[in-house]
Amino acid sequence: MTANPWVRPYVLTGGRTRTRHQLYVHTLVSASRFDPGAAARLSPEARRLYERAHSGAQSIAELSAHCGVSLGVTRVLLEDLAASGYVRVNDETYESPYDHRLLKRVIDGLRELA
Amino acid sequence: MASASSPDRLTPNVTSAKLVVAGGFGTGKTTLVGSVSEIPPVNTEAWMTQASKTVDPLADANAKTTTTVAMDFGRVTLARDLILYLFGTPGQPRFWPMWDDLCRGASGALVLVDTRRLDVSFPAVNYFENDSDVPFIVAVNLFDGVQTHPVEQVRDALGLADSVPLVTTDARDRRSVITTLLATLTNTMDKTSPVTAP
Repeated sequence: MTANPWVRPYVLTGGRTRTRHQLYVHTLVSASRFDPGAAARLSPEARRLYERAHSGAQSIAELSAHCGVSLGVTRVLLEDLAASGYVRVNDETYESPYDHRLLKRVIDGLRELA
Repeated sequence: MASASSPDRLTPNVTSAKLVVAGGFGTGKTTLVGSVSEIPPVNTEAWMTQASKTVDPLADANAKTTTTVAMDFGRVTLARDLILYLFGTPGQPRFWPMWDDLCRGASGALVLVDTRRLDVSFPAVNYFENDSDVPFIVAVNLFDGVQTHPVEQVRDALGLADSVPLVTTDARDRRSVITTLLATLTNTMDKTSPVTAP
């Protein structure tokens, strides 16, 4: 854990605890490009998330765990990064997690693994 | 800055799906996730340890908190544009708000039980019966590959409705775990209509 123990979580998020968008723990985030100049102006936590997102699409939970930034803070910072255009939050392809087209694809994929 | 803000049209929109793995402490959640995950189950204990330091001044910051507070997750890439995530629920009641968070957007849940200690999984069964809309199944983890109790006896002991599928699994065995995940997804198919809102 690399988080600064002397800083309370909401300080890192400017007092915010909620995000405008539904960011599930499994929502995928990626950064196709990396701008070092912009990164230098970010908070250390946001910079780590930005850097990590550049390594490939991964879930919010993975970003949080790898960067040592708590889940709630990660959500708020990623939303800021997305609003600034640094990272891209993947749209949910299916409106519902129960969409049978999605379930069918996951079932087929798992059968191939077996 | 300008280049960073242009959307990347070359990357296909990858879809992620999620299943929740619940059950009491020691029922094999981490083992099950590890049997199919392409990454070592990521142990998020650190978040919890950090959180407890912040919000709980009485907690001994040096005390070693073990897997009891862990929320593990794993990842299975099923296609170039499809990733399945498996999230294990944190066992301790103090982390229950996190269950709601984990279950949001989940395509299904499975509750692991150990027949030697059925009671540790009661809270998880209660949760999915009463506090969540996510369709779930119950899986008896055969720790030594041996079924010690008839499945229907387990159903009675858990007070499980007939509509909830009850299967056996070996959390250490990849094929067995995949079969269990398939049962979880098939159950969701059966319990939901082809097009439904969450």
